[in-house]
Parts: sequence; structure tokens; C-alpha cells
Amino acid sequence: MSGTVCPECDAALEIPADVMENELIACLDCGSELEIIALDPLQLELAPEVEEDWGE
Amino acid sequence: MHIGVLITHVRAEEKLLLTALRDQGADLDVLPDRDLLFDLSAGPEQLSSAGRAWQDYDLVLERCVSTSRGLFTLAVLDSWRVRTLNSYRTATICADKARCSLAFADAGLPQPRTLLSFEARTTLGAIESLGYPAVLKPVTGSWGRLLARVNDADAAEALIEHRQTLGSYNHHVYYSQEMVDKPDRDIRAFVIGERTVCAIYRTSPHWITNTARGGVASNCPVTPELDDLCQRAAAAVGGGLLAIDVLETADGQLLLNEINHTMEFRNSSAPTGVDIPAEVAAFVLAQASVPA
Repeated sequence: MSGTVCPECDAALEIPADVMENELIACLDCGSELEIIALDPLQLELAPEVEEDWGE
Repeated sequence: MHIGVLITHVRAEEKLLLTALRDQGADLDVLPDRDLLFDLSAGPEQLSSAGRAWQDYDLVLERCVSTSRGLFTLAVLDSWRVRTLNSYRTATICADKARCSLAFADAGLPQPRTLLSFEARTTLGAIESLGYPAVLKPVTGSWGRLLARVNDADAAEALIEHRQTLGSYNHHVYYSQEMVDKPDRDIRAFVIGERTVCAIYRTSPHWITNTARGGVASNCPVTPELDDLCQRAAAAVGGGLLAIDVLETADGQLLLNEINHTMEFRNSSAPTGVDIPAEVAAFVLAQASVPA
């Protein structure tokens, strides 16, 4: 676990130890979907909005 | 065994798959689609974003949530004879509901009556011939997005006008389907190679039962009838790693709805007791070891 803040609402975030680069996580305070951009140093951004061709 | 995994980002499914592949000994390169750059006038000797020549991958697993990026990348890799799961052929059929319906029809498989048209007049006629309520879908798309239950002619005219006025050219292709009087659920079956490894019911009071839209997953027994239908459906689109959506009619007949080629399964291992990512990883490694 390591800590940082949500880039949207500035709430404290606990990042799980097994997090992966490009993994999506949620801010439990504001509900924003965030993406881990880099692990060392830890960097995260708002995840991109869903696009029309996204799916399975 | 060098395995490339194409991603848009790492969701629950990709994290489970990457973990399962590593646990089973794969040497993985995770390849975000945002980093892809292909020289189409050159060949597979060029390097991926992980620094490995594309031709040196034993297999590339396509897990892009972006359908267009996934399809174009598979087209490139197919042209370069790089082995992929799913294949470009399978992916292009499954990504297009019209082509998927044609594949079912070619194989003589049961499906709801489905009509394709391009103009407001013919589409209105198509929906009238199906009877109300009918279902109007975009030919591409997922997660139940932009599905419309058309209850009467007024709704049909409004939907068509909106799509003609507000939609891109993709929305000027009209895929109209008979509304199936199903119970408050549909079936999603997971096919890995030539095995139907498990299936779930997706239950919802809403007529759209996708788990992305709130449908609740529970175990669905894989009966011989369901297994046979799924195997024939998978073969019709070229086989691979597939999630097959099946509708039950009021009299118990099974109808194929669609097939998904980058299946989501985060809600399905627990109710079925099947470790889907481990099954997928084992299949990927088995396919990667087949001599070219």
C-alpha cells in the first residue's frame, strides 16, 4: 500500500501494493475512475472517457 | 514463451489474465494500444513498444477495450503472420452484429429474425414486418449501449430520425431484430477452444440483461444442448476465446444473440466455480506452443 491524492478531488488514496501500470482504480471519495500512468514514481491521471467503440 | 498482451488499460479482467499467464510461466510484454505505431510499408521485424520484434512473439493476445484499435492491430499482425488470439477473422465477425448474424445463418444456427437496412423508409418497413415491440441495435457496440426496444410506430419514426440526424454513418446502418419473449434473463457461455467451460445466467427485470447494465450473474448448467449450440456458434465465427450470448424463448428454445471476442468475466468465475483466467491462460500457452 502506498498513498497519494486523487487528481480530481484531492482526497487521500491508498494504492494497493500489487497495482499495475495502466490499471484502472476508483477514488472512493468522488467516484472518479483513475489510471495508474507510472509506478516509480507513482503517477495517476483521470481515466479516459468511454468511447463509442469500447466494449467486449 | 513470448506472449504479447494488447491492452487499452488494465481492468479487472486484464489483471487476472496477466497474473494467470505469469503464474503459468509466460514471458509477458504488456502492450498498451496508445503506444502502438506500425510502419505498414515494412514488416514484422519492426519492434513493439516493449522492444521485441513482432515476429518474435509466439502469440499476441488481444484484450483492447477499444474495438477499432484492436481490429486494426489484428489486421496488421494477421498480415505479418503473427499468431493472435483471437484471430483477425474471428474478431471482425464478432465485432459486427450483421456479420455475426450472417455467420450464424450460414451455419444454419437458430437466431432471432434479423433485418438489415439503410434508409428510414425501408427500416420502418423492417420494424413493421417484425412486429412491435422490436429491437433496434447499432451494428457495432457493446455493454447494451444504444439498444432500443421499439414499442410502436411513433417510437420507430423518432428513433430513425434521431439516428439519421445525430448519428455518424455507422448509425445509418439499421439492424432490426425480433424481440424475443425471454424470461428475465439470458445466458452467457464461455467457450475456450473446443470447450464450453462454463455459463452464467444474467438476470435483470430490465429487458437489457448485460452485467454492465446491472444484470446479476448466477451459474447456468452447461447442458449438452447448450454446449452443442455454443460449439457450433464458435466454429461459425472461426473459434477462439469467446463469450456467446444466448436467448431462451418462452417454449425453451435456445437462440443465438451475439458473440463477444474480448470477453469480460470478472463476475463469472465466482458463481460458476471455474477459474476462467487460468483456463484462458492455459489455452493461450497451448496455442502459442503449436508449431507454425
